[in-house]
Amino acid sequence: MANHSIEEKQNEIIDNFALLDSWEDKYAYLIELGKKCPPLTDEYKTDAYKIKGCQSNVWIHSYLQHETLIYEGDSDALIVKGLVSLLIDVFSGQTPQAIQNADLYFIEKIGMQQHLSMTRVNGLASMIKQMKLQAIQFQHSS
Amino acid sequence: MMRYDVEAIRQDFPILQTTAHQKPLVYLDNAATSQKPQIVIDTLLNYYKQSNANIHRGAHYLAAKATEEYEQARETIRHFLGADSADEIILLRGVTEAINLIANTYGESQIQEGDEIILSVMEHHSNIVPWQMLCERKKAILKVIPINEKGELELQAYEKMLSERTKIVSIAHASNALGSIHPIKKIIDLAHQKGAIVVIDGAQGAVHLDIDVQELDCDFYAFSGHKVYAPTGVGALYGKRKILEAMPPYHGGGEMIKEVSFEKTTYNGLPFKFEAGTPNIADVIAFKAGLDYVQKIGKQNIHAHEDQLLQHATKQLNAIEGLSIIGTAAQKVSVVSFVVEGCHHGDLGTLLDAKGIAVRTGHHCAQPLMAHLGIKGTVRASFAMYNTLSEIDQLAVGIQSAIKMLK
Repeated sequence: MANHSIEEKQNEIIDNFALLDSWEDKYAYLIELGKKCPPLTDEYKTDAYKIKGCQSNVWIHSYLQHETLIYEGDSDALIVKGLVSLLIDVFSGQTPQAIQNADLYFIEKIGMQQHLSMTRVNGLASMIKQMKLQAIQFQHSS
Repeated sequence: MMRYDVEAIRQDFPILQTTAHQKPLVYLDNAATSQKPQIVIDTLLNYYKQSNANIHRGAHYLAAKATEEYEQARETIRHFLGADSADEIILLRGVTEAINLIANTYGESQIQEGDEIILSVMEHHSNIVPWQMLCERKKAILKVIPINEKGELELQAYEKMLSERTKIVSIAHASNALGSIHPIKKIIDLAHQKGAIVVIDGAQGAVHLDIDVQELDCDFYAFSGHKVYAPTGVGALYGKRKILEAMPPYHGGGEMIKEVSFEKTTYNGLPFKFEAGTPNIADVIAFKAGLDYVQKIGKQNIHAHEDQLLQHATKQLNAIEGLSIIGTAAQKVSVVSFVVEGCHHGDLGTLLDAKGIAVRTGHHCAQPLMAHLGIKGTVRASFAMYNTLSEIDQLAVGIQSAIKMLK
């Protein structure tokens, strides 16, 4: 099965960002990703799926499919939604075990760690924590 | 009047010569904090190089020198506020600490069950939460003055709210989120007719507006140094002598005492009764340098310049399709808050930042106001003495290009 590993997915993102010179290009790319990312249905846009610690609203929902997790997410801010879609791209289709063990290095490599404001870095950390927690829950229930 | 030389002023602020993301810095987040002129930075450095000692106690040359500089700062603040005596000037960390001090001393000793405290819907969290905590402790009632669609206080509603039960009215001189200047003289007079005292949160007022606490007849006026070109972590609270004398102390410790024994401690006189512990000596002395700098440029000249910036920004931003300015009060300080249809304020702020333009986005520590307006947040550009018309043009261009990317 030609399923890319978390590492391969991250390297792909890093390669894509390497082609973008300026911050504006990087943001334009994130905005495009955000626009392309399908909206979450209203039933998941509730407090139960909301990520705490973000300046904008972020919701992430996940479900199990053939022993791998599928994530869906949304945000009312486009750049944040672009970041959410990168996380979804990295984690979706992976096993709960792989997600729990994942070391996410792409955020720093594409420069988002340094660049995004403190509150949003914390927000990004909250998103990753929430996604991993969902993976742990699925592993225990399966 | 001498020509206002904004380029010369900019030269006094080293940080304005720096870049952000390889772009020349356009700093439009002055309502959060102002940048510091070289003289303030030098004063801070020189204090540690030449004057450092603990104040009000040492019997040596440096202690006397540091004490004198510290007390000169208090005198400068007294003059800045138009207070009668330096005894009425309490030095502390800023407005947040000032409001907490009043709530925990005056409030603690005077407020009883059923008493009422009046605020406005536009207050900063620091002028809400300490009062809420007091009301919880005392079973007192918090009342909130509403605003009209322009972001001006509804004075008629305020008048109706006032009664013999009103004990404290605590209002900002100007709103940090919308820029509205409140008619505080009228608010003070009306409160006094009912026997209530009035606290003015001058966090935004002190840097933009003329203050004469005696003419205003306010009971307290608090402001923070860092918004007036001075360092962070220092501020001042003016209080009427009679009220301060009757108030119990706040923090216990050194400096605030007259005599201590395990049986009984007697307290120091004003203003030291409220200044326990070794204060932030260096920053207080640099606080004076910041206020001296403002006086040197001239408050009137600064106001005229800032008003020009506000008018220009209002015109430029109003011309952008889909943009709405939030807060259009007739009297405003140089703050422009806005939203753009279909664009999240966080995205706008991030894209402006990529162009080196610093603005604030979000709820501006005024969540009740945002809830009242039915919005999640705004983008806020706020101007200071060193901003230029061309920076505002860059802001307008930046917003337009961000909208293009986001739509």
